[in-house]
Amino acid sequence: MTATPSEQIGRFQTDKTEWDNIANTQEFKDLMATKRDFIVPAFVLFLVYYFLLPILVGYAPKFMATRVIGVVNIAYLFALSQFFMAWTIAWLYVKAANDFDKLAKDIIEKAETRASNNKGGR
Amino acid sequence: MSTPLVMFLIFIAITLGITYWASKRSAGSAAYFAASRRVTGWQNGIAVAGDYMSAASFLGIAGIIAFQGYDGFMFSVGWLVAYLTVLLVVAEPLRNAGRYTMADVLAYRLKPRPVRAMAAVSTLTVSTFYMIAQMVGAGALVALLLKDSGISYHTAVIGVGILMIVYVLFGGMLATTWVQIIKAILLMGGTILLSILVLGHFHFSFAGFFDAIGHVTYHEKGQEVVKDFLTPGLRYKPPYGALDLISLGLALIFGTAGLPHILVRFYTVPDARTARSSVVWAMVLIGSFYIMTTFLGFGAATIVGRDYIATHGGTNMSAPLLAQALAGNIFFAFISAIAFATILAVVAGLTISASTSFAHDFWTNVIHRGVERKPGEEVLVARISAFVVGAVAITIAIVLGPTANVAFLVALAFAVAASANLPVIVLSIFWRRFNTTGAVAGLTVGLLASIGLILISPSLMAVDPPTVTGAARHLIQAKAIFPLENPGILSIPLGLVGAFLGTLLSHEPTSEHKFNELLVRSNTGLGAERAGAH
Repeated sequence: MTATPSEQIGRFQTDKTEWDNIANTQEFKDLMATKRDFIVPAFVLFLVYYFLLPILVGYAPKFMATRVIGVVNIAYLFALSQFFMAWTIAWLYVKAANDFDKLAKDIIEKAETRASNNKGGR
Repeated sequence: MSTPLVMFLIFIAITLGITYWASKRSAGSAAYFAASRRVTGWQNGIAVAGDYMSAASFLGIAGIIAFQGYDGFMFSVGWLVAYLTVLLVVAEPLRNAGRYTMADVLAYRLKPRPVRAMAAVSTLTVSTFYMIAQMVGAGALVALLLKDSGISYHTAVIGVGILMIVYVLFGGMLATTWVQIIKAILLMGGTILLSILVLGHFHFSFAGFFDAIGHVTYHEKGQEVVKDFLTPGLRYKPPYGALDLISLGLALIFGTAGLPHILVRFYTVPDARTARSSVVWAMVLIGSFYIMTTFLGFGAATIVGRDYIATHGGTNMSAPLLAQALAGNIFFAFISAIAFATILAVVAGLTISASTSFAHDFWTNVIHRGVERKPGEEVLVARISAFVVGAVAITIAIVLGPTANVAFLVALAFAVAASANLPVIVLSIFWRRFNTTGAVAGLTVGLLASIGLILISPSLMAVDPPTVTGAARHLIQAKAIFPLENPGILSIPLGLVGAFLGTLLSHEPTSEHKFNELLVRSNTGLGAERAGAH
């Protein structure tokens, strides 16, 4: 199914062979591998860390109610730590994503150069 | 004129000024639907936070924590952590491959008409349910806050409805974005002030504050009770409390990244990099806000007290009553005006995402097969549908009345987003074999499962005592068949099963044919929509 006309305006266009070519370049495979190596572990880590909270609160409420400082208990401290976990992963992601951007920029430039060469050659 | 009314009117005047300014900059589809994609990272970050921090969070969360302590704080945690899904999985691919709606990404490699039609149904369902919850809340709140000015529930609902229609109709995405930004700044300012005042009440001693949370006194069934509000279990009790908590977590974590009015915000920025930075900005604001719900909620519990709140407007009034207790009527008026601004901005955001989906997905791409017959038609249709959406929301809110039990509609919106929207977005970007049948099946099953399970849940099914009357009664007077308030734990797997079975039972070579194109586009930004000129 081709893109509908309203979707084509102002966009980089090329044929299927070229898209497949780009997808099979080493640069693109590197980009995908670099992204996967960060995103998959980060995503799994945050899911495990987050769902520990409702699971522990739900199934081990006595343990979670253990007081640590004054009335402040494990449940509250663990909940509070979730905010810092989220901010830390976001910060690490932004740092890692600078590398994704560099790799993506190379791929875009090469693809655009090839496309304009092809047009010039015709 | 009462002080709250004066403050409401000031806010309305400012936002109407913005709408007038924006109306001159909203010609053409990209300008109207996506603010010409010229919104900067921090601006969009604040707007995302504004879209997300609805009345449900500002008033609702303060009330839940004030009444149910720690269990209410669990909502705060989920609402922030959910943004990691937005950041890591959807924001950038969506910006790279789409134009105006989430369906743009689905339509890339799948058959556009069926997936867009189904995605539009899902978007309109989520937006309308969410909006009705906000409108009923707004009407009840405004009527309560302005009761000295003689403004009724009906007047309040109609007023909110007309204002949101004006913002969206004339100002498009640009006005909606700026209304959202101003409101988010006001909301943060008000929350910081309240938090400082709460701490000040305890002579800036955290030890004193937490000590008070450990001994909250109130009356239950005529008996005085003293409870530690930091201990879990005041809301989520056995036998199903634990499962309900996990189910809530699932709906929040996977639903946020599927909420249409949040997703459309990523089309208003110039590129994926800015989309990323706007999520980070949003996470800073949202996280700070929800940490401060500690002061709002527990402050209301300790300083105002459950007994007083219950007899002075109920849980939703916790934050305004806290302001009144700490700094008198002017501050009460200020916090009330912020609550009003919050509702207004959120309903405007919902209206624009609903009308964009109807105009772009349904009108242009499903009915007219992707051809805009004359320039400006898509925007015109969006304006008309904004008007219709607004009128429908006003009517339903008035029919339901101020006492209607509508809190479940927000849970439903998150469940549909998590069970229907997010799975098909992710599968269409990452699964080569995925196809149209899978997308339509996933959307349909996810949507129906969420609605069906809510219908037979304790939110709508319960046996009320005869003292509960009218709209406050449960819809079905029988014991709930599904024991959880949040359907996510069952509806998300059902939506996924629908998507997988639909895909595996059908064969669609064209979908796999275009997989590489979508993969390259969404991951590199090659050929992504650029920012427009003024």
